Amino acid sequence: MLRLFTLMFGLVVLANPALARDDVTTFTLDNGMDVVVIEDHRAPVVVHMVWYRAGSADEPPGSSGVAHFLEHLLFKGTDTLAPGEFSATVARNGGSDNAFTSYDYTAYFQRVAADRLDLMMQMEADRMVNLKLSEEDIATERDVIIEERNQRVENDPASLFREQKNAAQYLNHRYGVPIIGWRHEMEALDQAKARAFYDRYYAPNNAILVVAGDVQPDAVRALAEQYYGPLPANPDLPTRARPQEPPQTSERRMVFRDARVAQPYVSRSYLAPERDSGAQEKAAALSILSEILGGGTTSVLTEKLQFDEKVAVFTGAYYSGTSLDDTTFDFVIVPAPGVTLEDAEAALDRVIGEFLETGVDPEQLDRIKMQIRASQIYARDSVDSLANQYGRALTQGLTVEDVQAWPDVLQAVTAEDVMAAARDVFNRKTSVTGYLMGEEVTQ
Amino acid sequence: MIRFVWAIVLLCAALPARAEVTIQEVTSPGGITAWLVEEHSIPFTALEIRFRGGAALDAPEKKGATSLMVSLLEEGAGDLDARAFAKATESLAASFRYDTSDDAVRISAKFLTENRDQAVALLRDSLVAPRFDEDAVARVRSQLLSILQSDEKDPRAIAGKQFDAMVYGDHPYGMPQDGTVEIVGALTRDDLLAAHEGALARDRIYVGAVGDITPEELAILLDTLLGDLPATGAPLPGPAGVTLDGGTHVVPFPTPQSVAIFGQPGIDRDDPDFFAAFILDHILGGGSFESRLMQEVREKRGLTYGVYSYLVDKDQAQLWQGAVSSANDRVAQAVRVIRDEWQKMRDSGVTAEELQDAKTYLTGAYPLRFDGNGPIANIIVAMQMEGLPIDYIDTRNEKIEAVSLDDINRVAQELLDPDRLTFVVVGQPEGLEPAAN
Repeated sequence: MLRLFTLMFGLVVLANPALARDDVTTFTLDNGMDVVVIEDHRAPVVVHMVWYRAGSADEPPGSSGVAHFLEHLLFKGTDTLAPGEFSATVARNGGSDNAFTSYDYTAYFQRVAADRLDLMMQMEADRMVNLKLSEEDIATERDVIIEERNQRVENDPASLFREQKNAAQYLNHRYGVPIIGWRHEMEALDQAKARAFYDRYYAPNNAILVVAGDVQPDAVRALAEQYYGPLPANPDLPTRARPQEPPQTSERRMVFRDARVAQPYVSRSYLAPERDSGAQEKAAALSILSEILGGGTTSVLTEKLQFDEKVAVFTGAYYSGTSLDDTTFDFVIVPAPGVTLEDAEAALDRVIGEFLETGVDPEQLDRIKMQIRASQIYARDSVDSLANQYGRALTQGLTVEDVQAWPDVLQAVTAEDVMAAARDVFNRKTSVTGYLMGEEVTQ
Repeated sequence: MIRFVWAIVLLCAALPARAEVTIQEVTSPGGITAWLVEEHSIPFTALEIRFRGGAALDAPEKKGATSLMVSLLEEGAGDLDARAFAKATESLAASFRYDTSDDAVRISAKFLTENRDQAVALLRDSLVAPRFDEDAVARVRSQLLSILQSDEKDPRAIAGKQFDAMVYGDHPYGMPQDGTVEIVGALTRDDLLAAHEGALARDRIYVGAVGDITPEELAILLDTLLGDLPATGAPLPGPAGVTLDGGTHVVPFPTPQSVAIFGQPGIDRDDPDFFAAFILDHILGGGSFESRLMQEVREKRGLTYGVYSYLVDKDQAQLWQGAVSSANDRVAQAVRVIRDEWQKMRDSGVTAEELQDAKTYLTGAYPLRFDGNGPIANIIVAMQMEGLPIDYIDTRNEKIEAVSLDDINRVAQELLDPDRLTFVVVGQPEGLEPAAN
């Protein structure tokens, strides 16, 4: 299979199961900051991350993009660091740093030699509470995020299409608003909005420290108590209760046209439950369902639509269960030349319908479980991805125990569980069907 | 194209401080050599195989044959058709990736210790005995055509294609490695067989292995895996001349943000001034927030989300290249700032502090790259392709440290060439006149 398609459609890898638990240590500081330490002593390297339980879905209405804007602004100055000095200092210590924002979290990280960990903590703790912004920083950085939107979204019709699709999927939840923000609201972001978000959410009792690499848990604890320990908790930290979805009772359909589309395709998404702490079984069944239907060459959609019927150039099924609130189960079908989008959609629905009749091939389920078992071995090779996994889980309503139980929960999924989950989730009333097309040809 | 260039930059940079990596050279009974780092703490092995050549081996009228051929290696081999091959791979939880660049065919494999022999047998069949079944060829060809059609409307892809065509002309580097819709649509099974025979041969193999395997086991594995390939492959292309006229060439395309690729002549990896140029590039635009381009174009003026420069060291050409994206009404200013910075660095060089900061970063960042079996396998196979000695890791930082302020500023004057710095801009830029192609 051509890898480019997996890049284009952002394939979600199956559930990266977690590390054996003796390499992971957790504790909580007195001010409420959670700490996860993951040991890997093969190289003298550490990744230091601070995750905030605040993402774009926590923004106030009308300020879309402010979480991500603030992420950029954290690289400006503090009371003691000049603008840009944070990254410059990391670089001068032979490290690299960056940050990222999603719906449910904002995270900052540095990769550096293990003996520089204390300096990283000192600086990260500083900018958690001492951010200093000038109007000039605000104006320039707003231009930067608008160029980022240009690059990621405006220049890519598939991204514009996904924005519209998400907006149609969520009737009430902020997952329907793009992380980077709607352009007109981004243009109105200012110091007051950024500062308000910072004051509300950037505090140790809303943060998770993840340190992974060549470190000892006791040493990390001592450093964390020294640098993060003195920071005061925010007593006014709001409870994380976003507007939830009402019952979705009407199927939505959309057509997005753009002259830059060379390869039309159909997407279909269904509202789906996420992993919940202590109750991950349904999400596990959906993870395996997405593998069965669209996880590569031997999946049901590929076999039927690409190999047997040859009506599709590419098919995929995606489910990412790590999410604070309701997530989606997604399909994509890229039709073969000469096949209309209507026919492609009909073929997709027919194959899903047949699957609901015939059920799971036990051999395929065995292969998937073998891969899950192996992925626990492969996962130990990348301490960075383990650190990410814990950070994502802990900002999205899960616990360390949930992360560590996940491989077993996946292994316990039965064919019946998969079919029950499929019947439950594939409800057209909660779905959005989108056609991405080129410009209409007028006669 | 960009992705490939980056890979090269990373490989150039992928070098040493105190990474505790011990490389052994292993030669099989059949005479195939590999570099090995034993790492027995996790029960799997990462294997990186390179065949020198790649898409540059394609004749112009068959451009894309190697790329399509490589995409088909996992689509049926030996006794197994595409589906059976995929099922077998999944049953072993092995991972094989097949990839083409201008200068190499790259295979990345990961397999568990518990079923290593079976995984290697499968991988062997995909390399030595791919089937190129008619239905598999049709299926994968249609995927490649779909991607090529999308590239025709993607500003980044258009910029890369135009830039390469202008710079490399008739040399194989001048055409996209995946070919064109017309050529790929007409490729035959015989073309794929010929591409396979030309690209995957024993006279051009490089292997890096890292993980739970001993030298004795690896020696046997090498012959099993690669011993049945033909002894010699197709001749490599000759050196590429580069055409860089110093102009700004506009390719009109309706999109809100213009995408620009720029470049001037580069420097060979073997040149005594390579490390000076490498540090110079880091200071100019080498991908960190601290670079001058990033500071001037993004941090001070907010003209872009990202601007980068990088040394491109292909087998047959060297370039100093860069990229930037900026809204149509602001890209002219971004281009102007980049040209000014180029001139300024040539005229005034870098400061002692900039040099020291760059050295600290580059030498300190080195051990961070050795952070997993896969990444280490990539580094040691690249070292072999570059012709570097097996103890290179221990000496690389000394080479960085040895660059003096006089060296780097002499190289800035000799190498930076604002008059040949050439831009290709795709979009609807304001204030940049389209030049005739």
